[in-house]
Amino acid sequence: MNVLIDNLSLYAEGLLGTVELTVYSSLLALALGFVMASFRVAPVASLRAFGTAWVTVLRNTPLTLLFFAVLLGLPRFGIVLPFQLFAVLALGCYTSAFICEALRAGINTVPTGQGEAARSLGMTFRQTLGLVVLPQAFRSVIPPIGSTLIALAKNSAIAGSFSVTELLGTYKTLNELGYNIVWTFVWIAVGYLIVTLSISAIFNVLEKRWGVAR
Amino acid sequence: MTAGTALYDIPGPLARRRHRLYGIIATAVILVILAGVVYLLFDTHQFTAAKWTPFEYKGIQEMLLRGLGNTLKAFVFAAVFSLVLGGILACGRLSAHRPVRWAATLVVEFFRAMPVLVMIFFVFVALKVQPLPALVTGLTLYNGSVLAEVFRSGVNSVERGQREAALALGMIKTQVMTYVLVPQAVRAMMPTIISQLVVALKDTSLGFLITYEEFLHAGKLIASNLDYDLPFIPVVMIISPIYIGMCMLLSWFATWMAKRQRRSPKTEAVEVAAAEPGTLMPGAGPHP
Repeated sequence: MNVLIDNLSLYAEGLLGTVELTVYSSLLALALGFVMASFRVAPVASLRAFGTAWVTVLRNTPLTLLFFAVLLGLPRFGIVLPFQLFAVLALGCYTSAFICEALRAGINTVPTGQGEAARSLGMTFRQTLGLVVLPQAFRSVIPPIGSTLIALAKNSAIAGSFSVTELLGTYKTLNELGYNIVWTFVWIAVGYLIVTLSISAIFNVLEKRWGVAR
Repeated sequence: MTAGTALYDIPGPLARRRHRLYGIIATAVILVILAGVVYLLFDTHQFTAAKWTPFEYKGIQEMLLRGLGNTLKAFVFAAVFSLVLGGILACGRLSAHRPVRWAATLVVEFFRAMPVLVMIFFVFVALKVQPLPALVTGLTLYNGSVLAEVFRSGVNSVERGQREAALALGMIKTQVMTYVLVPQAVRAMMPTIISQLVVALKDTSLGFLITYEEFLHAGKLIASNLDYDLPFIPVVMIISPIYIGMCMLLSWFATWMAKRQRRSPKTEAVEVAAAEPGTLMPGAGPHP
């Protein structure tokens, strides 16, 4: 208990770092994932190929390798940004591949008849998409997106080893200060549980509110 | 062409012409971006001979191969142990005794909710273990818990009649499990298990962070060599295709197996959901 009380600000800072990383990378991942998903269902072959390549490559890349390449590689091209931004970039791009697949699967669950019915009512492409297809797809993608974002929060731990302030990284300071290492880790674990369980709770609410009525 | 999407009809001649135009524009943009990247690579002198010569040396090649070997070693250990642990935990979760079931559930849920890296660091720093065992332990705890969930859902998704028929024939619970449910479930679960092994293979690279001498570590050593003009980008260009290739091969194997299975009568009685793990959410999607 002492470990937590003595170092409350350090833990709070770490937790805040993890939350920030998670939120920013989630936003990037959702935006990129949406773009890639629209590429993957587009009627234009080259966009589809690009989307497929993006997803296949990123899904099979170890995240550590991506961090390694982005955080230590991009500066070689003269791109100098704060490490936190690099971490967001790596995490966001990596997760976007999974978001893209979730969204695409969601769009594919909408029966063809829905689109056909919408078009036969004279709806334009924009209307079909915005009023018929996406609302239905949205309902079925809530749970997979939730689990992807939980995984993102857990993956953000890697950033700590690349000198970004986040929860797991606090162990180094505490270890040097000579605190009990087991308790240090217990509180780190609690911190991660708080983050993952909150995301889970948010998505459970979303699912209850908008999920597929089963 | 994605036949049967709700988004648009099969395009007519006009739409096809328009799509062709979009296609040309999109291709041009993508090519420009790629060309920009290649130009950037040349512009920052990444293809100079000095940066690529190290890869001709025997010592460096051997170092890379040793790293790759260590990565594969960690993967094999982690895969075998997590399959075993997954089996044990799944038995626990399917047990008829409530305390056992609760204990197994607690373990599985806890380790699924924790980042793997926290476990690896805990074993490495707090228990002061060598890097390889620490890495393998962390990966085993996490992937074992995830696999336990996969096994459980697999066994539960075998058609109810199979179990009832076996019980009606007078088999005891263990016999029902080992002769009837598990063989059918394992066949159906194979693709899911393999995709989880891909996650394990990817996560072996976390060993880099605890100074385990794996593939990425070897790359880092070469990259930080001043004699060769810090060949960081060349190292990345050599390492990533190998890593990504290995994972892709394994993923393709999983997809191939899933495809083959859809036609196999042996797995007819099982309907395994794309039960991908690593989450606290019901009905999860693939886990990164």
